[in-house]
Amino acid sequence: MDKNIEIKICMGTGGMAAGGKEVMAAFQQSLNEAGIKAAVSENCSVHQVGCRGFCARDVLVDVVINGEKTTYQYIKPDMVERIVKEHIVGGEAVQDWTVKEDYHTFHEKQIKVVLADCGEVDPEDIDSYISREGYEALKKVLSGMTPEKVISSIEASGLRGRGGAGFPTGVKWDFARRAPGDVKYIICNADEGDPGAFMDRSIIEGNPHAVIEGMIIGAYAIGAMQGYVYIRAEYPLAVERLKIALEQARQRGYLGKNILESGFDFDIKIKLGAGAFVCGEETALIASIEGKRGMPRPKPPFPAQKGLWGKPTVINNVETLANVPPIIRNGALWFARFGTEKSKGTKVFALTGKVKNTGLIEVPMGISLREIIYDIGGGIEGERKLKAVQTGGPSGGCIPAEYIDIPVDYESLARMGSIVGSGGMVVMDETDCMVNIAKYFLEFTQAESCGKCVPCRIGTKRLLEILSRITDGRGRPGDIDLLITLSEDVKAGSLCGLGQTAPNPVLSTIRYFRDEYEAHIYDKRCPAGVCKNLLTYTIIEEFCKGCTMCARVCPAGAIVGEKKQPHRIVQEICIKCGACFETCKFKAIKKG
Amino acid sequence: MQETLQRILEEYRQNEGNLITILQSLEAAFGYIPEDAVNWFSEQLDIPPAKFFGVATFYAQFHLKPRGRNIITACCGTACHVKGAERIINSLTRELQIPSGEDTTEDKEFTVEKVNCVGACSIAPVVIINKEVHGKMTPERLMKELKRLKKGK
Repeated sequence: MDKNIEIKICMGTGGMAAGGKEVMAAFQQSLNEAGIKAAVSENCSVHQVGCRGFCARDVLVDVVINGEKTTYQYIKPDMVERIVKEHIVGGEAVQDWTVKEDYHTFHEKQIKVVLADCGEVDPEDIDSYISREGYEALKKVLSGMTPEKVISSIEASGLRGRGGAGFPTGVKWDFARRAPGDVKYIICNADEGDPGAFMDRSIIEGNPHAVIEGMIIGAYAIGAMQGYVYIRAEYPLAVERLKIALEQARQRGYLGKNILESGFDFDIKIKLGAGAFVCGEETALIASIEGKRGMPRPKPPFPAQKGLWGKPTVINNVETLANVPPIIRNGALWFARFGTEKSKGTKVFALTGKVKNTGLIEVPMGISLREIIYDIGGGIEGERKLKAVQTGGPSGGCIPAEYIDIPVDYESLARMGSIVGSGGMVVMDETDCMVNIAKYFLEFTQAESCGKCVPCRIGTKRLLEILSRITDGRGRPGDIDLLITLSEDVKAGSLCGLGQTAPNPVLSTIRYFRDEYEAHIYDKRCPAGVCKNLLTYTIIEEFCKGCTMCARVCPAGAIVGEKKQPHRIVQEICIKCGACFETCKFKAIKKG
Repeated sequence: MQETLQRILEEYRQNEGNLITILQSLEAAFGYIPEDAVNWFSEQLDIPPAKFFGVATFYAQFHLKPRGRNIITACCGTACHVKGAERIINSLTRELQIPSGEDTTEDKEFTVEKVNCVGACSIAPVVIINKEVHGKMTPERLMKELKRLKKGK
């Protein structure tokens, strides 16, 4: 019985939260205990792998026997013994726990370039990356491509910045290459601040070497000898894996002096972000690396001319850099085959919110929202109605359900008043209030405004005040027009991208959901039933069985009544938390 | 305290640090930024304390007051927001009776804080309890976790 057995356990942040470590320990223990290793094969190994995207099903485990892969979902440590016994020893997969059809439909329409190796390689083992063509692109570059050739390849591929703005990467590199000076820097922007986006975290957690390799190639192209990864401190696992990967790359001679005997020197340092959304903006990020308050400055000069410590600097996003090695390996034309005319390649999106299958997906640019939501996402949770899709985080907008057939690329989303942004995609259903969503994003941008320029600092504050009074039921006639005028002013007058895009969520929700704003202002009603001050909970007497469940969960003690008698909510005490509404089994509580 | 400060100063000199790296080391060592520590560094480096506080108050990571023994971080990202983060935060502040405008209980046992996004959106809503990520959180499960933490003291 000489089998080649490989067990891969998902250990991204999602996998670990679901108990990935414990599952891995259980496998190791179970395999050792029964002397399985000796019994079935010497070639039996247990690996951790990064996120494969479908975190909602964690812990996901692949059991690969002689190349044949079986994937299990929702695995807990106490299930491991049976898998080992029946599948690994017995040869029969435990069908009750394997992934079903929907797991495969989730992956069917995806094309994985950046995420191809996430979920396959062990992120803490450089050999695992090397065995899948890792560092081949770097070898190709250093053994025969001039920096100019590298830049023209990236330009030809059509790769555009994946961090939000969509600036052509090759052009950016070319600017920095041409900028005069001997000292230049390359920075990887891993300060993934958009709420609702987590692809950069997953890429670094799942395949850190791809980012490092992309960075080395970029450094060679522009002529930099030092690089920085500016990464959020909120991502401890990604930081840890990046540290390990950098050390391994140094040991193998991919970083340091005279890389692969080419005479090219380059190394990378990690800089931990200290928690400020505005630091995703290039000039603010540079200020933060220099140890200052992360406040943006006017451009020009652009960082490619005058960046870190006044030297020419290129700043690329994590996903952008991870695209570089496959482009170099497979050629620019291979990459340009995917996508649309102006938006080439694939894009990773974080599909979250009210869809059935939440997770990280990678799709060709130009795919429709419908395919993403219904084919990959499996449709809306609880068979409710789709209302809107929020893309691009606080800088983006809400696209209403009637437009879900538009292609997802930089240009189309911009025409809709939204952006691709870093790739957050939050699906909302009829129970989500669009005014509340606009207010949510303004709360965010208002708090994160650095305060340097007046339009952003005070403009976002005033916008938030107006949105707050609308959701509180104190909206005034004329508020909608005031929001629009003020939004336009904030966009036009702000210094950096934060302020210039902060009003987008307001403008796009007014554009598509004006009636909802009007209902709040004129009828003092929240159609989605979200805004607390516009809500009352009442008990419908004829449905109430007097089971006392609602009275028991009510945190305010606002529900009174005798056992087996209809209960009543004392409105003066009710805090409108909705706990009763969710608990009642008899649908006896009315919200409205 | 003195020894720790000395060590941080040496690290700063060796690694060509800056104000942010000093503050990060202080936060790691003490759990917050003690005023005395800032004053000490200010003298050592001849940088006015206002510069330190300017940076410290700019970034969310730095705290100027001591924090609780247990730190509960509720994610307020978009996905968590639409999946009910607010209910979770409300249930926390209510249960722990955190005074309004504060984030820490009077006995310094618990600190409740919000974070913009921890990037675990597909298992929203997310709560981090003492650095451990918990996904698909409900107020009920959270109350159980709180009980466990209270017993463990």
